[in-house]
Amino acid sequence: IGIGVVIRIIVCRSSNPSDWSELSEFLLCASGDLVKVFSTSTEECVHVLEGHTGQVTGVILNPTNHLQVYSCSADGTIRLWDFIDGILIKIFVCGWPIFSIYVSEKHVGIAFITIHMEKNFQLVALHLPKVPEQEVEAREMSAVLCNISSNPGSTAMGRGGEYVASVMGRQLTVYFFKKLKTYRFSLKATDKKGAKNAFTCVACHPKDDCIATGHEDGKIRLWRNFNQKKEYTYSTQHWHHDAVGTLCFTTEGMHLLSGGVESVLVQWHCEEVNKKDFLPRLGGAISHICVSPDGQMYSTSHLDNKINIIHCSLKLSAVIQGLVKGNIWTDLMIDPRTRALVMNGRPGHLQFYSLQQDKQLYSLDIVQQEYINQEGLDQFEVMRAAFSVGGTWLATVEERGRCTSDLESSLKLWVYNEKAQSFELNTTITAAHQDRIMHMCFSPSTETTMLVTTAWDNQFKVWLLGLDSDTQKEHASWSCDYVGSYHGLQPTNCCFSSDGSLLAVSFKEVVTIWSSDTWELLTTLCQPPGPIRELCFGRLSCSKYLLGTTAKNLFCWNLLTCSLEWSTPMDVCLLRSDPLSENVVAFSLHSGNTDLFVFRPSEPRPLFTQKAVCGGKVQRCVFSPREEPLDSCDERFQWLNRSRLYFLTELMELLTFSTKAEDERILNSRKQLLVDDSVAVTPFYLLLGKHRQQQEEKQNSGVSQAADRVQPPQASVAIKELLHTPAHVLPAASFLCSMFVNSLLISNTGSRYGSLRFC
Amino acid sequence: MGEFNVHRVRFFDYMPSAIRALAFQPQRERIAVARTDGTVEIFNRADCFFQEKVIPGRQQAATEALAWVGDRLFSAGLNGEIIEYDLDNNKTKYTIDAYGGPIWSITSNKQGTHLAVGCEDGTVKLFEVHEDRIQFERNLAKQKGRIISLSWHPSGSKIVAGMMDVIHIFDTETGKLRALAFPSYDLLGTSRSQECVVWSVVYLSDGTIISGDSAGKVKMWDSRTGTLIKSHQVTKWDVLTLSVSQDETSLAVGTSEGHVVQFQFLSMVLGQEDKEWVRTRTFKNHTHDVRAVLEVNTAIVSGGMDTQFVVRPLLDKIDERGQASALRNIQFPHRRLVSCARKAGLLLFQYPGHLELWRLGESEGNGERKRENTTLSIKRKRWIAYSTVASFRLYRLHCENNNVSIIKVSKLPKVLSSANQICFSSDSSHLFVASTCSSVHVAILNQSGCKFVCTLKPKSGSGQAINLLAASEDGKWLASANSDHEVQIYNLNKMKPHCTVPVHSSGVSAMAIHPTTNNLFMVHADQQLTEYSVEKKQYTDWSRQVQRHGLHSLWLERDTPVTNVTFNPKNPAHIVLHDMYMFCIIDQTLPLPDQRSQFYNQLTLRSMPEKERKKHSHAFKMCKIFKELLFVELMEDQSLVVVERPLMDITAQLPAPVRQKKFAT
Repeated sequence: IGIGVVIRIIVCRSSNPSDWSELSEFLLCASGDLVKVFSTSTEECVHVLEGHTGQVTGVILNPTNHLQVYSCSADGTIRLWDFIDGILIKIFVCGWPIFSIYVSEKHVGIAFITIHMEKNFQLVALHLPKVPEQEVEAREMSAVLCNISSNPGSTAMGRGGEYVASVMGRQLTVYFFKKLKTYRFSLKATDKKGAKNAFTCVACHPKDDCIATGHEDGKIRLWRNFNQKKEYTYSTQHWHHDAVGTLCFTTEGMHLLSGGVESVLVQWHCEEVNKKDFLPRLGGAISHICVSPDGQMYSTSHLDNKINIIHCSLKLSAVIQGLVKGNIWTDLMIDPRTRALVMNGRPGHLQFYSLQQDKQLYSLDIVQQEYINQEGLDQFEVMRAAFSVGGTWLATVEERGRCTSDLESSLKLWVYNEKAQSFELNTTITAAHQDRIMHMCFSPSTETTMLVTTAWDNQFKVWLLGLDSDTQKEHASWSCDYVGSYHGLQPTNCCFSSDGSLLAVSFKEVVTIWSSDTWELLTTLCQPPGPIRELCFGRLSCSKYLLGTTAKNLFCWNLLTCSLEWSTPMDVCLLRSDPLSENVVAFSLHSGNTDLFVFRPSEPRPLFTQKAVCGGKVQRCVFSPREEPLDSCDERFQWLNRSRLYFLTELMELLTFSTKAEDERILNSRKQLLVDDSVAVTPFYLLLGKHRQQQEEKQNSGVSQAADRVQPPQASVAIKELLHTPAHVLPAASFLCSMFVNSLLISNTGSRYGSLRFC
Repeated sequence: MGEFNVHRVRFFDYMPSAIRALAFQPQRERIAVARTDGTVEIFNRADCFFQEKVIPGRQQAATEALAWVGDRLFSAGLNGEIIEYDLDNNKTKYTIDAYGGPIWSITSNKQGTHLAVGCEDGTVKLFEVHEDRIQFERNLAKQKGRIISLSWHPSGSKIVAGMMDVIHIFDTETGKLRALAFPSYDLLGTSRSQECVVWSVVYLSDGTIISGDSAGKVKMWDSRTGTLIKSHQVTKWDVLTLSVSQDETSLAVGTSEGHVVQFQFLSMVLGQEDKEWVRTRTFKNHTHDVRAVLEVNTAIVSGGMDTQFVVRPLLDKIDERGQASALRNIQFPHRRLVSCARKAGLLLFQYPGHLELWRLGESEGNGERKRENTTLSIKRKRWIAYSTVASFRLYRLHCENNNVSIIKVSKLPKVLSSANQICFSSDSSHLFVASTCSSVHVAILNQSGCKFVCTLKPKSGSGQAINLLAASEDGKWLASANSDHEVQIYNLNKMKPHCTVPVHSSGVSAMAIHPTTNNLFMVHADQQLTEYSVEKKQYTDWSRQVQRHGLHSLWLERDTPVTNVTFNPKNPAHIVLHDMYMFCIIDQTLPLPDQRSQFYNQLTLRSMPEKERKKHSHAFKMCKIFKELLFVELMEDQSLVVVERPLMDITAQLPAPVRQKKFAT
């Protein structure tokens, strides 16, 4: 990594084990190598606990101190944090990558961790030494269970830490700490009906000795009497049609919560086994459920990087949505209006993700059909999307039946409605092409609104916004203007020149240049061997250049001379130009790693090279214009001044480049939100707290009137308002300042002056 | 093994009737089953649930409940009568009217001194059980409405009665409603307008009362305080029956959607004494109402409208895999309902109320509609004999071309009043009628009629009824088996007992005497095969070899008994057997299968070259291509008669079930 440039991982928040703070005020969530503390009332990230150098695999509250949290990571450390203030308290170095962590009140000073040892996963009891130093070596460990699953959900601590239950394959293992005895219960591989019996997850009842296990066929079994070899018993419940993803008992054990691929939270009543409540349509498949210690709140984390916070009456109270990571078919795009990153989000949706705020702005339903959460179904997916220059128009392509021969696709055009502040569907063109649409782009010219699509049916089509005289302008719709083809070859890419006068379409090895006014084939450029992969025009001063890539070479044509300006042998997998500068970025896969080159089409010498940006192939990239240009004087980083480059790796991690100075600034400006340290408004608080307040008021009232004068009531309210409102919803400080200072002034009793005025 | 012409018979419309009540006798491990047609069947739990006895009854009795008092079995029905059965001779012993209108339930106390019956008029009547009769003792305090269900406290001093909307506790000493008035059952949670029927109650020794009602709930009550401890909504429909295990740790609940739900009395926190009833397993073996369940130590037995008798083993109580750990589903009776004239090609079907005579090879059937009330009927050559509960009839059959006529033989010997089993000798010259106390009456048949010869009595003097008779081809021997598992062989020339076959622990489900060797071939309920040489009075070498070698585990794991044995007249080494799911030819010349060898090997054998076939073939040739079998017989002309009764046809005749499973409910 070059000096001054840091590759910063922007988004890798994944739905990892999360836990609740004591009073269900905060939700703690592992996110990459960070632990994030979210406020449940504002959905805002309050703290980021940084320090781990590997993926955080588990977060669990310290059972003896509910203001502290343990986190474990693949870097082999357990860290103890004060999450209210975001302070690291202790580091326990274990030395083995840790896959999950379990603690219980009964085992003080011991953490149960899953590590990979002797070719299988083991649950070991790790003794956490009590020493004053911050960083401690914790080497004292003893094996509890061998050959367990590495999945954190497949092991659970039993009631009061008396036993631990773990599932693996078709076996449930229960280990009693007191008696040092292990019981194993196996299920048959399949019964006559061909049920898939393998265990998927386990949960233990907090008050009774009851173990709930989830199974691959969607069944939930409740085991009892598991301290008997033969006389154990279980009852079976079945609602899920697919594997049970996760199970969790509520704090008092009244309910059992389960979730899976159906994306429905099922609340089973432990007393009335037939009774169950549902909360459907939560998002992606549920991967983890946890319950706040006071039992008021549930949270479900989903595979699409979403956390729902649900009140125990099964009402959705907050949603924390990260960047949805699923199958990405569309390009990465920047919405010109909001500067949000736009890509595939939930199935059938486009997500608008604000990179500045690291949160989803909204999700646009493109397909407008209910998504069925079941594997193996062929459902509509958004395959392509493109924005017009000003962001007024959005074109999308959705497809179904790619794998089978009967392809269904439609091209949709969306117009931005200023009033509604959202996109509205303008035109739907079903079967715009006879085959799959491969590429599309809007013309950058401001005079006409024009869209070009290329498809596998050997044609490219030009679509225009119809301005028919007999229809009103509001109902103007899109229609096909021109159909072009070239020798029956299959078009792959298309690209407009920066002024919109020329359209370049690549047909296999040939690049054709068309005039966008007359749709006349102006010239063809050909540089065998190999078909053209990427095509892009230069910008600004380099707009006369056209860049193209094949599997072996990168070409640059001068369109004024219609000749090859230069070419260089390199395997470019991705080529993208910065709309605000002449810079072009090229990613090239080289021996398993991707190299990055930044250059100007006018000169074949790269401005900036970065070898091995990331492992594997870079999938997508995009330039995002900066709100305020940087004024970096270092020549090597000048390309970062106007725009910022984001790229998506094979592991679906979104990366970007930032300078060191910039990074420090971000660190310093990180919001430190104030924490409300008052007690939660529980029924007890309402009863006792109010009573106490009244008592205090009574006592205070007798003390003196002066006290009131020193702290006028309205002033304290204003201060409280100011200090207890989350910073991001406050108006500018300059606006608040005068009000704040005013409130500190001691006001005169109005009666005297009032009477004076009227006298 | 040879090929047979097969007569596939599907016109025997045998229809079992629904099971109404079950009762368990723990000392002798017998289960009594009452069916809606008034029949009572006795199954032996220790002997692979073999159906030992069938006591015919009348449909009008509308049996509602069964009760064992020691070894004695009582039933009560909606005709208001209490019946005691004579289990030795498979018949009703006496009938007493309770004078309380229809009787809904009958239970005995644990001490075996009293019977309580719940009547339509709202009285609980106590009967004292005497040596040979029962005697009315008193009425407990009369209530409004019918008494649906009853349960004694194990101490015998209290009795709980389930009624419409109410549960009452009576003191049996005073006959009064208990001072501690039990609250009305109105509880229900359903609307008040709807009447709630307490279909079943159980009184546990710790004072807990468990009730099952028509609102689909199982409720646990504290009888001392009269408070509800816990309520479980088991089903949306009715909870029809409850049964608690003898150690009171497990409860089986039968519901009208065909599920049997198990509750267990478990400690919620391991190692602590506090226990709670927790719903655990659900068994879905029935399609219709489960009208009766039983908790029999190691299994849950259930029966209902779908006529099946299901034995669901509780695997946690069973130590090893074997016969006891298999799920049993008893649909057909463990005896023959079809009789066949091998030479004439005639089939006689036994229905509960009539007989049907069919001739093979033609599609035309001859109905023989007689009001008849079971008990065997056998016919060979030109005679048909049948016996009802009350009388014995003999007919002469004339069969000329397509004309079939029967002539009743009048003037039967008086001694032939009623029979458990009937058998003709092979040349039709003799008639053997099994009578009470294991005795067999012998009569000579000739043109003029029937003449009584003598009565054969076993040496042992057993009082049990005979359930199988077999006469030898040469007319010299007669074998009889009774429900005490005794097999007696008589010499018909001397009209004297010849010998007794050593008693096997399991009952004989089918037997026959070999036509050439005169060996008695017996199949037992536990699937063991024995062959006894009548002349030598000892087991044959083959039989000893079977005992030594042991049978293949797949043979032993079959859950239906063999109900018929015949021999191949062309090949004396071949024995033809059948049970409900298969028929089998045993070739005594071939070696017995090894435990490791493939048991169902016909297909593999067929694919082998001729030479290797010999090496791999073994004595058992199984055939499973037919539907559920009621009868298989090899005719004189080497054709095979197969009487099938597909279970699908039986299910199709049942009423529509209450509930059908819908996805995601």
